[in-house]
Amino acid sequence: MNINTTKIISLLFFIFSAFYLYTAYQIQVFAFDENAPFNARTFPIYLGYAGLFFSGLKVVLPEPNTIKVDHKNLEYKKTVILIIIAIIYGATILKVGYFLTTSLFLFSSYYFLGERRWVLMFLLSFPFVAAFMYLLHGILDIYLRDPFLQSIGVMG
Amino acid sequence: MIEGILIGLTTALTLQNILMVMVGCFFGTIIGMLPGLGPMTAIALMIPITYGFDPATGLILMAGVYYGAVFGGSTSSILLNAPGVPGTVATSFDGYPMAQQGKAGKALAIAAWSSFAGGTLSAIYLLFMAPSLSKVSLSFRSPDYFALMILGLTAIAAFSSKGQFLKAMMMVVLGLMLASVGQDSLSDITRFTFSNMNLTDGISFVLVVMATFAMSEALTIILKRNDPTSAAKQVSLTELGSIKINKEERSKMYKTIPRSSIIGFLIGVLPGAGATIASFLAYGMERNVVNDEEKEKFGKGSVNGLSAPETANNAACSGSFVPMLTLGIPGSGTTAVMLGALLGFGVQPGPRLYMTNPEIFWSIIMSMYIGMVILLILNLPLIPYIARILAVPKNYLIPLILFFSVTGIYVMSFNNFDIYLMIGIAVVATFLRLYDFPMPPLILAFVLGGLMEENLRRSLLLSNGSWEFLWDRALTACILLITILIVIWHVYKTMFKKTNN
Repeated sequence: MNINTTKIISLLFFIFSAFYLYTAYQIQVFAFDENAPFNARTFPIYLGYAGLFFSGLKVVLPEPNTIKVDHKNLEYKKTVILIIIAIIYGATILKVGYFLTTSLFLFSSYYFLGERRWVLMFLLSFPFVAAFMYLLHGILDIYLRDPFLQSIGVMG
Repeated sequence: MIEGILIGLTTALTLQNILMVMVGCFFGTIIGMLPGLGPMTAIALMIPITYGFDPATGLILMAGVYYGAVFGGSTSSILLNAPGVPGTVATSFDGYPMAQQGKAGKALAIAAWSSFAGGTLSAIYLLFMAPSLSKVSLSFRSPDYFALMILGLTAIAAFSSKGQFLKAMMMVVLGLMLASVGQDSLSDITRFTFSNMNLTDGISFVLVVMATFAMSEALTIILKRNDPTSAAKQVSLTELGSIKINKEERSKMYKTIPRSSIIGFLIGVLPGAGATIASFLAYGMERNVVNDEEKEKFGKGSVNGLSAPETANNAACSGSFVPMLTLGIPGSGTTAVMLGALLGFGVQPGPRLYMTNPEIFWSIIMSMYIGMVILLILNLPLIPYIARILAVPKNYLIPLILFFSVTGIYVMSFNNFDIYLMIGIAVVATFLRLYDFPMPPLILAFVLGGLMEENLRRSLLLSNGSWEFLWDRALTACILLITILIVIWHVYKTMFKKTNN
């Protein structure tokens, strides 16, 4: 049987809804609330059933317009690299600080997307982030913790 | 009302707020021009910055971005035949042929004047309608609100799903599920947190918007090898021709603008509809009412054909504020983002907004006028220069969108868990977008999730757990009947289409 990707996504959503429903039934409510007309688990339980209903219908009903995605033409490599850069950004920002991490995040993103104009890449990363940081920290008064700038004495 | 207008003017006409409208219109125009990046992305990117201001200023900034983005979309429709937002697709039908005939400047001027007139007229309608509707909606009770939310979610699923109603409903359920994470508002019992302290307060609204729109749009552009700026490189943005509109063209616009603004406004008020449907309806209606000679020109550079959708899409933008401001229920994905931002400010929109926070209520309406004037000033002389920004290479544009997304989340929470969560949601959203799962229903459901549960809780407690509250009051029953009719109409339309195929 040839099953299309939309049906697979719907099936995954069906399984997710079943898991959500199971978890909803596990929500601990106060003893006096157990038989109340509405408690903390009521709405999630309805949602779980709604998810099962709609995804179940999508799996069962015929698909009038099958969406075909040409995977050969998709740029997976660059997309995955950008996601990895974003994850590394998340992992380092608290330890290294906003300025250096964000500047490197931008610089490496330009590089991996194929840019090679080094001066422009530099200008649109380090000075750009510094200006943006000044806008947030200096003008809008949004505190940005930055151990790197603190260690070199730029930030108090 | 006069007092309200004065309050609104006093708030909106401060130097800071005028500056915010200008910044919003400018930024919105640029983002709206880029195909694939619409008003929701533009507003999402602005939210973290708005939290540095008071609610009125923040909302004025977002409203400016909204109008700017819609007009920016028209510019790329006319110059490049590449609509920046779905609401400006109809603009390209006659705007692009006009530009091809060497009348790009004239087409942009017609679009600018029509947008200005449509936006201004609908802001007047809003001025009269919103306070009256607010008074009426004071009589709404929890069952009515619950029914209204069901109607809003069903309508947005029906209208935004391009025939994929079930997919849209799945996105609605997913949005509600995401909203249910965290502490229960009444009992404080934690739900779906899996003992993770970072989830105790629930998932941040800004995080979901950034992930499903800004970040996933950037990833989709890379994944599909789209270049939103490529079309700009193929056309000359410097030779746009004259922007003067002659007497005959003006007289055509005088007739088109009032009727299209009414259609646009009324469609905008309806939950789930919006600028796209409004512009297509206005275009269709205009074609039916003009004489045969003018009808022949449609699709070949008709003044009426360009003016009608442009007027309607701007009027619809103002119209979409009505349910948000008066009922606290957004009618579109974009106003849902704004509602989420308002809730973040600690302001509860709804029928009491214009009594409890009159400065917010009236300053939004007043800033619409100011926004329209600024857009006109900005767009008429500056468009050839602004359009050149379209030539910014994708290699710079995408990292900058990602930068604004992750920075936006970081400055709001200062923890990296939110960054990971955003990346995770963005990856899932990108994958779902590939298979045409619409994101606006998810956002609307996420915003309404808490309110919906609250109103269902009250209704069920008042009726001792019985579902009779759904038909006990005539108003509730009427709203649910409309919801059922929308579903039936949609199922019928899908089946009829299938039979025709």
